[in-house]
Amino acid sequence: MSVSKDDVRKIARLSRIAVEEDALDQLAHEVSNILSWIEQLNEVDVDGIPPMTSVVDAALPMRDDVVNDGQIQSQILANAPRTEDGFFVVPKAVE
Amino acid sequence: MGELTDLTLAGALDGLADKSFSCRELTDAFIAEIELSNDALNAYVLTTPDKAREMADASDQRRANGTAGRLEGAPLGIKDLYCTAGVRTTACSQILGEFTPSYESTVTANLWSEGAVMLGKLNMDEFAMGSSNETSRFGPPSNPWRRQGSNQDLTAGGSSGGSAVAVAANLCLAATASDTGGSIRQPASFTGTVGIKPTYGRASRYGMVAFASSLDQAGPIAKTVEDAALLTEIMCSHDPRDSTSLPVETPPWRGAVNEGVKGLRIGIPREYRIDGMSSEIEALWQQGIDWLQAQGAEIVDVSLPHTKYALPAYYIVAPAEASSNLARYDGMRYGARVDGEGLVGTYEMTRAEGFGAEVQRRLMIGTYVLSSGYYDAYYLRAQKVRSRILEDFNTVFGTVDALLTPTCPSAAFAYGEKSGDPIEMYLNDIFTVTANLAGLPSLSVPAALDQQGLPLGLQVIGKALDEASCFRVGGALERAAGFAGRPTRWW
Repeated sequence: MSVSKDDVRKIARLSRIAVEEDALDQLAHEVSNILSWIEQLNEVDVDGIPPMTSVVDAALPMRDDVVNDGQIQSQILANAPRTEDGFFVVPKAVE
Repeated sequence: MGELTDLTLAGALDGLADKSFSCRELTDAFIAEIELSNDALNAYVLTTPDKAREMADASDQRRANGTAGRLEGAPLGIKDLYCTAGVRTTACSQILGEFTPSYESTVTANLWSEGAVMLGKLNMDEFAMGSSNETSRFGPPSNPWRRQGSNQDLTAGGSSGGSAVAVAANLCLAATASDTGGSIRQPASFTGTVGIKPTYGRASRYGMVAFASSLDQAGPIAKTVEDAALLTEIMCSHDPRDSTSLPVETPPWRGAVNEGVKGLRIGIPREYRIDGMSSEIEALWQQGIDWLQAQGAEIVDVSLPHTKYALPAYYIVAPAEASSNLARYDGMRYGARVDGEGLVGTYEMTRAEGFGAEVQRRLMIGTYVLSSGYYDAYYLRAQKVRSRILEDFNTVFGTVDALLTPTCPSAAFAYGEKSGDPIEMYLNDIFTVTANLAGLPSLSVPAALDQQGLPLGLQVIGKALDEASCFRVGGALERAAGFAGRPTRWW
């Protein structure tokens, strides 16, 4: 599988990682190499095999839908890059 | 008695119990050793001597009051991906900045509630993605082991490289580590230490920085199999805050170490005899087989036909899960924000500056294999292959109790030797990654030194929830090997 420069630009965008234009070729090369190595999985007969969803046979537990935490605003905000009046401050998100 | 820092965990607990020394004395000895050695070894990325002394004094108090826990007074190192309340936790990534959790991971909370003392946070590959610690934001640690007659710096492996260095160089009694594709067992093999990844779901992932959630599992690196058993007993517990934590009792494992292997059936998977395997690794494996046979185990040749597909399947599943898990690092609520143009520009700059090259590469591969049009071809196929790999194990575990393999295809390598080609680095995990994909317990025990004087490990893989057999076989190998090698002090 060969990945093009445009593909890498697209996945970088989807990954929300800024990639310099002159780094795209090298990345396309690296990602292509890894994907071609992965391609050997096509040799495996997986007809009728269910995809694994969990390594252990355990049903996901349910808990009561109740408030079991809270009143920790200062803890939640303690590591924020910017806060104001008890809120996170983020770049303008809506024009 | 020699240096206090030379003691095993079990030996130190005995010494504390019979009042040969206090926890404060033991802790001070480790603090002094860390001060002396850490500049050269770079095992700790953060030391917490004040907190350690405070915890040590409290521990001595508890012992005096007769309320000692099972790890009372044991100074430990903590891998930097366990959240420790009030102590910076970064997973050795720039993107977490000076993140200081307000809460404690369940695994570390279990340790403290049994009386352990924290010495500091240990080096690792960024987000546990790597096999050499070269991706750490703080630079890699140095393996205390060097090739005979050489002063070249070697990697201690990864991702739990700092944990392995700290244990091998006596900078703690034992350490926490974590294993997604071999990150406990490969560093243990590279440093002459013991490491075990328990069954998936045995230990809680609550408060562990996530990499690939269906593969990540907590475990210890320690000096002996007994120490590893003791620590695993306490690290594991059922935790309602981790939905994949198994609602099972944690059995006592310490006793299993000396039970012997008489009557156990040990499988030797022929597919692990890979092309180009060094004759030394091959000979060590045969030696391990002979040791177990001599102690009464029955050796059975077995086949795990899908072994060669484990690594490529892993390099779809792990990046896919990572791309989802690491989406949370957006620079808005915590961590280091880097301003860009608008909201999306800020996300993109934060993640470009905050993640290193290997993490970025894996996030992009993960995004690609999950993207529309490719999901079935990559991710779904990989999860089907994973089912095949689990089937292989289920089949052989119908006839054997545990499997014996080498831990790694080589001894510790030098920095830069493998970092040019990502796939060459990935191949380090070829023997360890299968246990993660199948969720099985797996232990590495030091077995010999190679011709260059570097430690090599043997790996035991057990049935799900049968850590006991891993400890039995590990204990038997440890006794037969009589591995007493210590690195020659150069630091």
